[in-house]
Amino acid sequence: MAETNPVEQFEVKDLFSFPHVSGYNIAFTNASLCMGLVVLAIILFIGIGSQEKALVPGRFQSMVELVYQFMLNTVRENAGHEAVKYFPIIFTLFIFILFCNLMGNFPYSFAVTSHIIVTFAFAAFVFTGVTFIGFYKHGMHFFHFFVPKGLPGGIGGIILAGFMIVIEFFSYLARPISLSIRLAANMTAGHILLKIMASFVGVGLFGIFPFAFLLIFTGFELFVACLQAYIFALLCSLYLNDALNMH
Amino acid sequence: MDAEALKLLGKYLGAGLTTAGMAGAAIGIGLIFAAALHGIARNPAQEGKIKAFAFMGMALAEFMGLLSFVVTILILYVVK
Repeated sequence: MAETNPVEQFEVKDLFSFPHVSGYNIAFTNASLCMGLVVLAIILFIGIGSQEKALVPGRFQSMVELVYQFMLNTVRENAGHEAVKYFPIIFTLFIFILFCNLMGNFPYSFAVTSHIIVTFAFAAFVFTGVTFIGFYKHGMHFFHFFVPKGLPGGIGGIILAGFMIVIEFFSYLARPISLSIRLAANMTAGHILLKIMASFVGVGLFGIFPFAFLLIFTGFELFVACLQAYIFALLCSLYLNDALNMH
Repeated sequence: MDAEALKLLGKYLGAGLTTAGMAGAAIGIGLIFAAALHGIARNPAQEGKIKAFAFMGMALAEFMGLLSFVVTILILYVVK
């Protein structure tokens, strides 16, 4: 059995190197390649699906419509009709994360979303956007968001409010971190598990058991890939709901 | 045992022990889905809404378990 390092698959390698720009390495890496392929796949998926515009959709068109309708319903149910204005960005994030997750399951490909810096970029973008929307809509009243409703009156209520404001404020600040680490850690954990299981397959005749396990877990990973993309979009719409409708 | 081996032992023991944190997440996810199943059995009409809440709760509970996984990775590959 060969000595395999389960985290080797997450290594970013330079495919084409360019001269450094003011100290930054701007090489075209396997991560860039995979992201480019993901964008290409999304363009193909949505492009072919929305080409016909038939009233009774065909197989491909109904697939695209299903994803679109599902996301639209999620946003509308969780963030209200007002949030439909921001639906394009949530749908874009959802479909990009979904395709990144699914693309990571291909053998010899690269799981872009297993890198915290990638998911943190998404999460920081959503966080700043949502905070901006909140301040744009409510002005300074947005700070009321940090004071929970139903606190008791009197001196006890004021002391409690002080504690609650600190807790609410830090839980608000923790949102982009939890959003990004959830996605990245889920992807990393799944890929490491598959790699470790795959390294047990080569033990001989009894390798058939790890192989069966691997087969089942590949299916499970596909489910997790879809679920995590959905959860990311769901939490985005919930945060948007907080910003738009406050409590 | 020399100091280097002792350090390695501590590192691997610590990494193994952090995985115990996943037990809490497992219990939490089990409770969430048990409650969701109860809710759907009592009121099947609300299945869609309950499911969305269940998955959201699962995401929040799972994250706490995954933090221990992150600590494991940190101990194994980042701590020198």
